[in-house]
Parts: sequence; C-alpha cells; structure tokens
Amino acid sequence: MKNILLALIIGIAPLLAHASEDGMKNMKADIDLDNKSSLQRGARLFTNYCLSCHSAAYMRYNRMGADLGLTNKQVAKNLMFAADKVGETMTVAMTKHDAAKWFGTKIPDLSVVARARGSDWLFTYLMTFYVDPSRPWGVNNARFPSVGMPDILWELEGMKKPVYKIHKNHEGREEKTLVSYEQVTPGKLSPVEFRDSVTDLVNYLTYMGEPAKMERQRWGVVALIFLAIFFFVAYALKKEYWRDVH
Amino acid sequence: MSNMLAGLLEWVDARFPLSKMWKEHLSEYYAPKNFNFWYFFGSLALLVLVLQIVTGILLTMNYKPDATLAFASVEYIMRDVNWGWLIRYMHSTGASAFFVIVYLHMYRGLMYGSFKKPRELIWIFGMLIYLALMAEAFFGYLLPWGQMSYWGAQVIVNLFSAIPFGIGEPLSQWIRGDYVVSDATLNRFFAFHVIALPFVLAGLVVAHIIALHEVGSNNPDGVEIKKNKGPDGKPLDGIPFHPYYTVKDIVGVVVFLMFFFGIIFFGPEMGGYFLEHANFIPADPLKTPLHIAPVWYFTPFYAMLRAVPPLFDSQFPGVVVMGAAVVILFFLPWIDRSPVKSIRYRGASYKLSLAVFIVSFLILGWLGTQPVTVIKTDMARIFTALYFAFFVALWFLPKFEKTKPVPERVTTK
Amino acid sequence: MSNDGVDTSRRRFLITATSAVGAVGAAGVVIPFGLSMNPSARAKAAGAPVEVDISKLETGAMLTVAWRGKPVWVLKRTEQNMKDLPSLDSTVADPHSDVTSQQPEYAHNEHRSRDSRANILVMVGICTHLGCSPTYRPDVAPADLGDEWKGGFFCPCHGSKYDLAGRVFKNVPAPLNMVVPPYKYLSETLVLVGDDKGAA
Repeated sequence: MKNILLALIIGIAPLLAHASEDGMKNMKADIDLDNKSSLQRGARLFTNYCLSCHSAAYMRYNRMGADLGLTNKQVAKNLMFAADKVGETMTVAMTKHDAAKWFGTKIPDLSVVARARGSDWLFTYLMTFYVDPSRPWGVNNARFPSVGMPDILWELEGMKKPVYKIHKNHEGREEKTLVSYEQVTPGKLSPVEFRDSVTDLVNYLTYMGEPAKMERQRWGVVALIFLAIFFFVAYALKKEYWRDVH
Repeated sequence: MSNMLAGLLEWVDARFPLSKMWKEHLSEYYAPKNFNFWYFFGSLALLVLVLQIVTGILLTMNYKPDATLAFASVEYIMRDVNWGWLIRYMHSTGASAFFVIVYLHMYRGLMYGSFKKPRELIWIFGMLIYLALMAEAFFGYLLPWGQMSYWGAQVIVNLFSAIPFGIGEPLSQWIRGDYVVSDATLNRFFAFHVIALPFVLAGLVVAHIIALHEVGSNNPDGVEIKKNKGPDGKPLDGIPFHPYYTVKDIVGVVVFLMFFFGIIFFGPEMGGYFLEHANFIPADPLKTPLHIAPVWYFTPFYAMLRAVPPLFDSQFPGVVVMGAAVVILFFLPWIDRSPVKSIRYRGASYKLSLAVFIVSFLILGWLGTQPVTVIKTDMARIFTALYFAFFVALWFLPKFEKTKPVPERVTTK
Repeated sequence: MSNDGVDTSRRRFLITATSAVGAVGAAGVVIPFGLSMNPSARAKAAGAPVEVDISKLETGAMLTVAWRGKPVWVLKRTEQNMKDLPSLDSTVADPHSDVTSQQPEYAHNEHRSRDSRANILVMVGICTHLGCSPTYRPDVAPADLGDEWKGGFFCPCHGSKYDLAGRVFKNVPAPLNMVVPPYKYLSETLVLVGDDKGAA
C-alpha cells in the first residue's frame, strides 16, 4: 500500500521495485590508496580487462600516471591501448548500439563507479561470479544476479560453482541459500592470489572515483592546523576586548 | 597618509552615508551584552551565503546546464579544473552547512522568543529567507544531473500535479517545460539557481538585518535593553557590536570553519547525507533508484508528506500538510500568546512543548531518509501530529503557564 | 563597561596578529580560487605538443596545424627565399630578431629556424598586431603588394606585412616579428611543435 503511494508520488508504476537489493552482506575490500604498487597493479588489470568494454571517460591517462608514480612513457607503453596521447581520457571504441546488441544493456562508465556502488560492493561483485549454464554467458553473479556482464576475470580465477544449503524458511517452504563455492577448473592464479588481484583492481577503482582524495586529505591537515593557530589568536583578541564588559 | 584617508572619507561621506552606516550597523549598534553560543549563527549564515555565492560563481565558469553535458561537467570540475574539487566540495558542503546554521538560528528564535513582538517582521523575513533557501537548494540539487538529482526533482515537481481541479498537471508541465524532468527543466532550474533566487535571498537578508537593527536584538533573557538607557542615551546593557561582537564572531567563524573544512577535506560525502551515493550515477529517466530520499534538510517535510494517506485517490492532502508545516511557522508571533519571551522565564509547559516539537522534527527527519514500512509510517503520523500539536499548545497553554518573573536587566553568569 | 586600564599596545598587537593570520587564511582561499581559472587538465591536454609529419611537404608549400588552438605554420622555403632574406634587412623592423620573446634561442638568426634544417620555418601564424592570422603570399611582386614583394605574409585585418621569416616590415601596424614556438625534430621528417626539451 505504501509502495503504491510512493509510486503514485513518483508518478511511475512500482514494477521497478522487484530488482531489490537483497540485503546480501558485502565482503570487505582492503582499500589502501597509499599503496602505489597495488594501485599500479590495479591499473594494469583495469586497462587490460575492464577498459575493453567499459570507459572511464573522466579519467586522463597522464593524471593516473602522475598520481600512481608512473612516467608518461610508462603509461603510454604499458597501460594505453585505446588512446594516442597521454592527455586523453579513458574512452572505448565500442558504441552504445553495439553494447546494447551484445550485452543487452548500456555499459556503464566506470569513472565514478566506486563512489556510486562503494568499494565493498565492487569487491564482492568481482569475487562472486559462478557457473550458471542458464545464463547467456554461462555465468551468474551473487552480488548482482542476472548481470549482463560476462565473467571477465575467469582466466585468472578459473570457474567455480555454487554450493547451496537447503533449509526451510519460516513459512515452512524449502529455500536454498548460496553458502560457498567449489572450484571447477583452476585459473592462472591461486584463490589467494586472485583475491589480492581483485583487491588491487578495486583499490584502483576507488582511487579513480576521486583522484584528488589523497591531495584533499593532505590539505585538510594543513587547513586544520592553520585554523587552530587562527583560533588561538582570535580567542586572545576576544578575551582582551571583553575585559571591558562587566 | 592618514590625512589623505580622512579627506577621502569626508569626500565620500558628503556623497554617500558611509560613516553613518558604519555607526548605525556596527560601531554604534548596541547589542545586548549577554549573547551566548546561540547568537553565533546569524553571522555564520551570512558568511556561508557569501561563500556559496563566490564558489557558485566559480562553478558556473565550468558547469554546463545541458542534460547531455551536466554530469560530465561536474566530474570535469572535480578532476580537470585546478582546485575544482575544493570549490565543488565547498559548495556542496556549504549547502548543508547553510541549513544546519539556519535551523539552529531558528531554534534560537524559538527558545528566546525572538519572533515575538516587536520582532514579528524580522521573523517573517527570516521565514522568507528559509523558503527561498529551500527553493535555492532544490533547484541547485538538480544541477549535478545524477539519479538522485533527477528523481528528487521529478518527485517534488509531481507534488504540484496533486493539486486538484485540473490545475495540477498543466502546472507541473509548466514548471518542467516538458512531460518529464528534462533538459528544459535543467536549463531553467539553472537560471533560477544562479541568478533569480540569489537576488531574492540577498534582498531578503538585507531586509532581515535592517529590520533587526531597527528594533534591536533580542537576548537570552528576552529583556528589551532599550528600556534601560544611561544618561548618554545608550542602553545600559548594550555594547557596541563593533568591536565586541566582531571579535567574538571571528572566534565563532574560526570554530565553524574547523567543522566546515573538516568535512570538506575528510568526509565531503558525509556518509551519503551531503552527497548521495546514487548521485554518482548519471540521470536515467527510464530507471528510478530503488530508494529515493531527498537531501537531509528536506526529509522532515518529506516524512510528513508520506505520512498522510491519499484522499479520493489524490496525494493532495499530504502536499497540504507538508506546506502547512512550513506556512504555520510564519504565524508563530501571533500563535504564541505568552507575554514572556525567553524560555528561561517560561513555564514547564513551554519547555516540554518545545522539546517535543524539536524531537518530532528530528525523528521526522530521520524517518524521511528511511524506506517506507508500516511501523515507520505510523511513527511518521504520530510525530507529524506532535509537530502540529506544538502550535496548538502555544495558543492554549500560555493561559495556564506558570512563568517566572522576568528581570529588569539582562543577567550574566 | 569602562575604558580604564586598557592595554592598548596589547590590543594593537592582537589586532595585527589576528589580521595577519586572517589575511593568510583569506589568501589560502583566494589563491586556489584564482588558480581555478587557469587552463584545466583538459585545456592542457588539448594544448599538448603536436607532431607534424613533413615528409610530404613540398618546397615552397606550407601546412597548418593547430597547437593550443592557434594556427602553427610549417613552411619549406625555397633556396631563392633563403637568399632573399638578407636583402630585406633594411626594410624590416627587427632584422636580427633581437626581441627575445618572439623566438627561442635556437631561432635567433637570420632565417628564424633551427640551423639543422634552416629552410623549414615553424611559426605561430598570428599577427602580432591584434591577433588575426595573416595570409601566405609566396607570389613575387603581385599587383596589390608592390614590386618589392619577394613573398611573405600579409595580414588582411590591418595590412601588416611580414617576410618569409615572419619578420615584420617597417611602417606597418604590427610591432613585432611573428612568434616561433618551441619545436624540435623527432626524426628527419617529424617535427614536434610545442616542446623542445632535450633537443640539440
């Protein structure tokens, strides 16, 4: 009833509501923006795996290089596949039309995805692809069920299938819950290495969501120290004048 | 040198009342000497207004009010423009800071009876500022063109289509300039946000201050200092605003800036309350975010809107209640019939009513951020009723209120 | 309130101190605000050095590229053009290019270009008068420019004239020679306009 009311206010039918966030808990992503080598590894994964389809149209290659401690030459040689100049942003050649045809959806730009979804969500999403023959790409995702994206990191991770636990819910009906995964085919990386790689990638995505973050926090310390000094002086001045007031 | 300056001042004074204004509004404006913490927020509001205007001007230099470019131009400011991130965060944090300050400023008025005779017009100008500020914030929130911007505007504009008698739908189309929120809407909201409302706000602020300086400031004791003047004609309990309150307000400004820049530099999203996560997804007219909530400063009213059940398939009653919650504040000077201004000398009934009112407002604010459930809707109904009960209490209770005697002179600890 | 026993020197000191700290704070806000109006990363990326392939550039021909939004000419002058330059010294305003702001040190010479490829002129095609872009007029002694014309640039806006080294003639509105941008050769046939770091 209340949903309908809300929908009336919004002016649309409530049919969009079923794709609801299921309350699944996110795994914790171990983000460390100070870790330049992790960010560099993440950038390499990003440009190799994500950037073929997803753009990051607000991120410039040379900005990334400067922030991650890489020279323009290193960036151009190792990380730039779809652009000519290091000053360009990370665009992709795929058109919206092709994307709609191949994946059935618009492919989101990833520049600020970490700020929209959160690092933990991204980490969980990338860690929970599993084999599901009913899906067009043969995989499904626990974080984002029926997602249109293929399991792009399968080479690294290998394939895993879900392990369900069947139990009765409070209405007495049988329900199955995904409890863990079982490796079907091995990948190039061990599960631990894969986890570290995904951490690097999510670390990079988090950096890319707000490249100025580290700089912002550094200036914050300066600003607060300055204001503390200002407070000291201004308070002394106030005290001095208010001695007049009885 | 000082001779030249004196000569220049004389020249100006013969043509423009510069010294006169300085005296009237600062060096010989006598303010009560017992201002406390709650009296910082007026000058802070002025500071934030100036900061918003300055950062706003800088943002318009790089922002594009075009549905295809707006979202990208905000990220352009955040990344490519030198110090653009600082300017943008100052503006987004400033919007929330403005409301924090204005709410505290209004609460001060409620505590010490600053809205009461002879300060009714100050209160009304203040309420108009609050209204203009809500409009300003609402228009501004569409500009980043994220999902929350878009759907928030869609919801609020659709409130107008709830107006019956065939007025609503044409009216909301007129506001949007389209059948949905679109490029046309963005473009006109931009115009309202950067030019129309700032003018209105600035004008109202001037009126608010002129009215204040005409009547004189109230104080925590609610005593009129002009009643006790010395032989020199100056209020005995008054001190010149400059230098005493200028030096005091500088301290207030510095402390405020610590919080302000603390948020800007270390948590500009404020956990999703100042900058909502879904607003980092570009506006998509075909897909509503799963959970939309207005920015925190509107949530109390939003909760009231949702609390009222539709009547005859119309959302109009909710809109009316929400509007009434704001409009009723305008009449506060006449609703409250107690002769005593300050809460210090008012009876327990006022203290209790005010406490219930504030708690209701805060809880409604929290409810407005939450997804709807049956229990939460019931809660919202109860607290909406309590919100309005405050005004009923102000009308009836003063008859029975046991007030304390108000002192002749202001008190200082 | 009374003014007895006011320590004016302490007050003056504290006012000065607060004003000074306040001024630093104001500067701390105003400086970034001011800097925000400088070219952004996008403008800088668009203004990045430009590579120009001159392998197909014929003698006597000129090509135009955009660098920082401005037209940059690359002109391959003929032997006759080069010979003509010294003969114009008496009619141009700054024959030896002594105004240092108008060219890098390596173009401070008769031909206003790098000695390694003296006949290649690289120049910002903007008139030093009011910023119009002059026209390339290689034709010798045309009717409108007079018998003395040995090829050069003519600005249609206000009639300023330059020779084929971009040196401005006397008695025209433009005060200075046209600007030679920083440039270097990446190879025999590849010019980089906008960057000369590390070049000989």
